Amino acid sequence: MNHWVFVTAAYAVTLIGTAGLALWAWRSMRRAEVAADSLRRER
Amino acid sequence: MIHALANPTRFLKLARPLTPVLFWAGVVLALFGAWGGLTQTPADYLQKESVRILYIHVPAAWLGMGGWSGVAFASLAFLIWRHPLASIAARAIAPAGVVFAALCLITGAIWGRPTWGTWWEWDGRLTSMLLLFFVYIAYIALVRADSERGGDGRVPALFGVAGSVLLPIVRYSVVWWNTLHQGQSIGLTSSSIDGSMLWPLFFTIGGFTLLFASVVLMRMRAMLATQKVEARMRRMAAP
Repeated sequence: MNHWVFVTAAYAVTLIGTAGLALWAWRSMRRAEVAADSLRRER
Repeated sequence: MIHALANPTRFLKLARPLTPVLFWAGVVLALFGAWGGLTQTPADYLQKESVRILYIHVPAAWLGMGGWSGVAFASLAFLIWRHPLASIAARAIAPAGVVFAALCLITGAIWGRPTWGTWWEWDGRLTSMLLLFFVYIAYIALVRADSERGGDGRVPALFGVAGSVLLPIVRYSVVWWNTLHQGQSIGLTSSSIDGSMLWPLFFTIGGFTLLFASVVLMRMRAMLATQKVEARMRRMAAP
């Protein structure tokens, strides 16, 4: 049994999960802050 | 300090510069730890190369459990002091916590196959961790339902505190029951893992913790900005 296949799969899942979480959090933050800033400027 | 940071303006003043610092420091530490764990440590005499999964599985487990401690603490702070920021913090921690709880379960299953010969076993540690994952899902659903009905956040906060009952069960499951999962190998003062294999773990734990903190700050900033927009919309719609 080649253990490296399991190691690679575990690291790939972690990379995808962590990067996906960070990207989702960053995009939702950017979208919300841009909306709040544009409303503030309209005032 | 908690009371000082409960002011959203003061919090944002600190969170804005802190978010990229935590994120990039987390990326550097996690990548360095992963590099060390993949290339600079020896293979285990029994588990062979699959032992390298340790460097991502342990941080995921730590953050899956630590995340719920954060949800419970912030929920308790909200129930006692009624700080709206505490409620926002609890809700911001949950998505990051559920992702790391899922990563812990998935990497554990991948590690289990070459080590135990099975992807899954209904033993105390694995089952209690799966329960914690479902508790996160239930909390996220409860938060969504509460905000859709215009609730004051007390029900999710009570659930957040009550869910912490699961934490000692996960933690001591390997002591209380005879489990397939190995017992505790890393304590606060000692470890049964040799130093030559242990050092990358500190970098991955530190790195993923900083990444987790930066994601929580991003979510809190997003929620505060959304609240601001909604409040402004309500004022504009008012006659």
